[in-house]
Amino acid sequence: MGELAADKHVKYIVSVGKKKGSFESVVIEHMRVNGAYWGLTTLDLLGMLHVVDVDEIVSWLISCRHESGGFGGNVGHDPHIMYTLSVVQVLALFDKLDVLDIEKVSDYVAGLQNEDGSFSGDEWGEVDTRFSYIAICCLSLLHRLNKINVEKAVKYIVSCKNLDGGFGSTPGGESHAGQIFCCVGALAITGSLHHIDKDLLGWWLCERQVKSGGLNGRPEKLPDVCYSWWVLSSLIMIDRVHWINKEKLVQYILACQDVENGGISDRPDDAVDVYHTFFGVAGLSHLEYPGVKAIDPAYALPVDVVNRIFFGR
Amino acid sequence: MDSDEENQPWIPLSQRLEWSDVTPVPQNDGPNPVVPIAYQDHFTETMDYFRAIFQAHERSPRALGLTSEAILLNPGHYTVWQFRRLVLEALSVDLHGELDFTETIAKGNSKNYQLWVKKSFLAISSLVSNISADTYRHHRRWVAEKLGTTATSKELEFTKKILSLDAKHYHAWSHRQWVLQALGGWEDELNYCDDLIEEDVFNNSAWNQRYFVITRSPLLGGLNAMRESEVKYTVNAIIARPENESSWRYLRGLYRDDNQSWVNAPAVSSICLKVLSTKTNHVFALSTLLDLISHGFHPSQELRDIVNALSTPESDSDLARTVCTVLEDEDPIRADYWKWRKSKLPQVS
Repeated sequence: MGELAADKHVKYIVSVGKKKGSFESVVIEHMRVNGAYWGLTTLDLLGMLHVVDVDEIVSWLISCRHESGGFGGNVGHDPHIMYTLSVVQVLALFDKLDVLDIEKVSDYVAGLQNEDGSFSGDEWGEVDTRFSYIAICCLSLLHRLNKINVEKAVKYIVSCKNLDGGFGSTPGGESHAGQIFCCVGALAITGSLHHIDKDLLGWWLCERQVKSGGLNGRPEKLPDVCYSWWVLSSLIMIDRVHWINKEKLVQYILACQDVENGGISDRPDDAVDVYHTFFGVAGLSHLEYPGVKAIDPAYALPVDVVNRIFFGR
Repeated sequence: MDSDEENQPWIPLSQRLEWSDVTPVPQNDGPNPVVPIAYQDHFTETMDYFRAIFQAHERSPRALGLTSEAILLNPGHYTVWQFRRLVLEALSVDLHGELDFTETIAKGNSKNYQLWVKKSFLAISSLVSNISADTYRHHRRWVAEKLGTTATSKELEFTKKILSLDAKHYHAWSHRQWVLQALGGWEDELNYCDDLIEEDVFNNSAWNQRYFVITRSPLLGGLNAMRESEVKYTVNAIIARPENESSWRYLRGLYRDDNQSWVNAPAVSSICLKVLSTKTNHVFALSTLLDLISHGFHPSQELRDIVNALSTPESDSDLARTVCTVLEDEDPIRADYWKWRKSKLPQVS
């Protein structure tokens, strides 16, 4: 069986989108800040963050800032909580959080909390537990969790818990591994994991592993490399990761690599993209694959970055 | 936007009279970007004109038309959608037309868009369509909220159409649940769940919706009132396909917060017995039996004999341990989970 083609993945990330007229780059123009987070975090996990020009990236990120304090997905785009977190995460990678007006950014995020404790993604008001996670993760990284009502935020997330132990996007919404990651992550960051039925949720999560070794996000769906991140992180946070077959999952992720041109895809032989490359490498990090730095399951940042932020080292 | 309009060749904005007074604004990605964006001409020109009217805060029919063009090219572009809402508000446009527009986007009917997807051969198209779905659903909700209960049946029909194309479409289900709670229309929802489950008994989204209906519909009286008939329904679904994770979990959910009734329910232990007697596809029957025993259930001799018959080579004197051993063997990818379950069992002397 193959090995992780780390050098190829680094080259792929650095060169991605340079092809003139690539559909991929056109349609993700509005979410380029997310792309930067996926690409740069992967480079850091592979120990290659130094290949990029930090000052250039930081000044571009700053130019995505909106007067409200939030950030858009690219220059001139409306602010959204999702892109605001990506900006904070990328600046955390570079140890450049000090370029932010932390009060302003955290006021923007805190201002999106609703009366029932939930969070909206932007001024237009769409509510989703994804936004609860994003807000809590972002404010925690900025040491400003005190700006929101944490108790209500937790209560809302718990109200989205289902009969199978998982979580949905809103109360009554179907359990989905991505939403579960968000809810478990938010509960982990706020020290509220006791609200989770760990054994029940752990079993649901390990039921996501299919014969090929890959993980799906819901019953009877196809496996996808991105769930290596959503499912594994959740299992680690509730201390149940030993319930899945790690070797088979490693083999599945490695089988999704493009070993010639770099990059990782959702399933073997599909076309690669930056999103799945990040989730594949991050999944391998959780599986303690040699040569990949450890990633924090709640903050989705390398452990050394998280330690620097919370322990000053 | 109807299909006739789309079939016409695209005329560059720079050649259209009504846009002659606008100077397009190119995207500024800064020097040597990390995720460099390569633009195609058609897309580029549309977005350059969009940026111009966006920055000029223009609220006009042509601005509305341009947002339609831009969204058809890239339905996930959230800034365009947001700007569109501002224009719609400013022009007091009849919002019923918006429902048709979002439907075109939702069904991927845009010929331009399909062409782009076809050209791309990229895995990211699934991510992109997911983001698009999130974005149009958000818009659709904004419109439906403004229209109020006059939109109820249209919204339920709309989500039904999307779900007929993809029965597990997460955003369509979210929208549908929002419609039911905000605008009503619960009358036929349980029948709709019946239909979908009959179509595909493995559809976890439909089972989830069923639970949503029986626990939240103002017309049905709640979980306790529904339990008996639901247990009957679920048992039949389990008999049809005993390897179905969804129906077993639903059955357990019917006894949420009431372990005693669950342990004592004859229907639950007898469905385990029934499935185990068939000697195939019994992983969930065994795991349910294990849960029952862990909660104080005393299995009959008949159940013991059937489980012991599954175990090779030798049976444990403790039935729960035997169940774990069989599960380790038959569900090897989760062997560590079943081993852990075994280790948690009370030690027999």
